[in-house]
Amino acid sequence: MTIQGPPDDVTVTACPDGPLLVRGPATILGPDGEPVPRNRATVALCRCGGTAIPPWCDGTHKVNGYRSGPDAPAGDGGDHGGDAPRPRE
Amino acid sequence: MSTTPLPTDTAPLPEARPADPWRMPAPRPRGAVSEALLAALEGSPDDARLAPVTDALEEARIDGPDGPRVVLGEDAQLALLVLYELHYRGVDGVDDGWEWHPGLLALRSRLERPFEAALRARVPQPAWDGTPADAAGVAARLFALAAEDDGPSLSRYVAKKADAAQARELLALKSVYQLKEADPHTWAIPRLSGAPKAALVEIQADEYGGGRPGRMHAELFAQAMRGVGLDDSYGRYVDAVPAVSLVAVNTMSLLGLHRRLRGAIVGHLAAFEMTSSIPSRLYGNGFRRLGHDTDTTWYFDEHVEADAVHEQIAARDLAGRLVEQEPVLRDDVLWGAALCLAVEGDVAAHALERWQRGESALGRPLATA
Ligand code: FES
Repeated sequence: MTIQGPPDDVTVTACPDGPLLVRGPATILGPDGEPVPRNRATVALCRCGGTAIPPWCDGTHKVNGYRSGPDAPAGDGGDHGGDAPRPRE
Repeated sequence: MSTTPLPTDTAPLPEARPADPWRMPAPRPRGAVSEALLAALEGSPDDARLAPVTDALEEARIDGPDGPRVVLGEDAQLALLVLYELHYRGVDGVDDGWEWHPGLLALRSRLERPFEAALRARVPQPAWDGTPADAAGVAARLFALAAEDDGPSLSRYVAKKADAAQARELLALKSVYQLKEADPHTWAIPRLSGAPKAALVEIQADEYGGGRPGRMHAELFAQAMRGVGLDDSYGRYVDAVPAVSLVAVNTMSLLGLHRRLRGAIVGHLAAFEMTSSIPSRLYGNGFRRLGHDTDTTWYFDEHVEADAVHEQIAARDLAGRLVEQEPVLRDDVLWGAALCLAVEGDVAAHALERWQRGESALGRPLATA
């Protein structure tokens, strides 16, 4: 699943069984509402809850059994999820 | 992987620096082939005298049935490293005109043929498991391959047990590649197009610091070397590094320099990234346990975050989209990934075995810090 805005805008790609990959000039806010410093153009946000470096993914999802569930249909109309209803992330 | 022992020269490494610090210092020969090669490269490419190298290759029976075994030894691996280095930063004292000298390229291919055969014998083609070979299927297969890898864990040992000398050895062992980190995979960029090319550039730009030289991964590695008291000049520890490590570096150059093997270098990169973030955390923990500061552990801390990003891009957008574009490359991508896991695993197994016996993992000891 990719949430796509206008060209050159922010995209968020949900990686199966892994993080959310964020491209583009998104500001990530921490729990205190302050921007989290971004050190690279593309970042991976943890969604398994297991990372030691929140909010970023550190690869822990590969060893803690995290499963993201069936893919949502891709934005290009491609059929990646069969007839299953659109799952919630 | 069979290797012949390094010459039993236990003298500490010389402190001499090359005249040109951007180049690899000319290494010490490890046998007749590398000796003849290094002697030939001292001359001019306009007056090439390569017959002694050819003779040494004949003598070593590089073209014979035993060629694949011979080529994994110290002598042939060092010769390959030197030949490949001509395409990177060059070798101190060696004329740049040698890089595309036809006679020298012919010699290189006489080493590369048995080298590739040896790698194919070491790592059989992994079977495709029947998942659709689209980007998602390729990514899933690559992640599964990396997860199944049951090679010994050097990072776990470093996290818990390594002493200060072993931590320094680890960096020296890795330095031949890590001081040119990312370069062999960069060869693939002009050989790709469209989505996989964009993905590879995205990864490599981050490897090279995103426009900030101080964040370049090779620079961070140099900083870690200085932090443990090692000399960070390029190629400084080549003489200390055993064949098993040279095999891992030469594998990347072989795959990167041959367009025919572009699928394999892409698979290699994907597997490399997939086996980096969690081990990097463990390496960082080990260096922290040994009392090193964040300047020294930055290299590892950076890789925890960066490679968790890169592995996702490499799996789907790079490897996956490449196979969608060129389905015929599917098996090469898988083989390259398996090859990466195997040759890097051989380095880990070698170091662990030596350290657990209380021995040095290097061919020559480091001067004490
Ligand atoms: S999603 Fe990767 S560590 Fe949580």
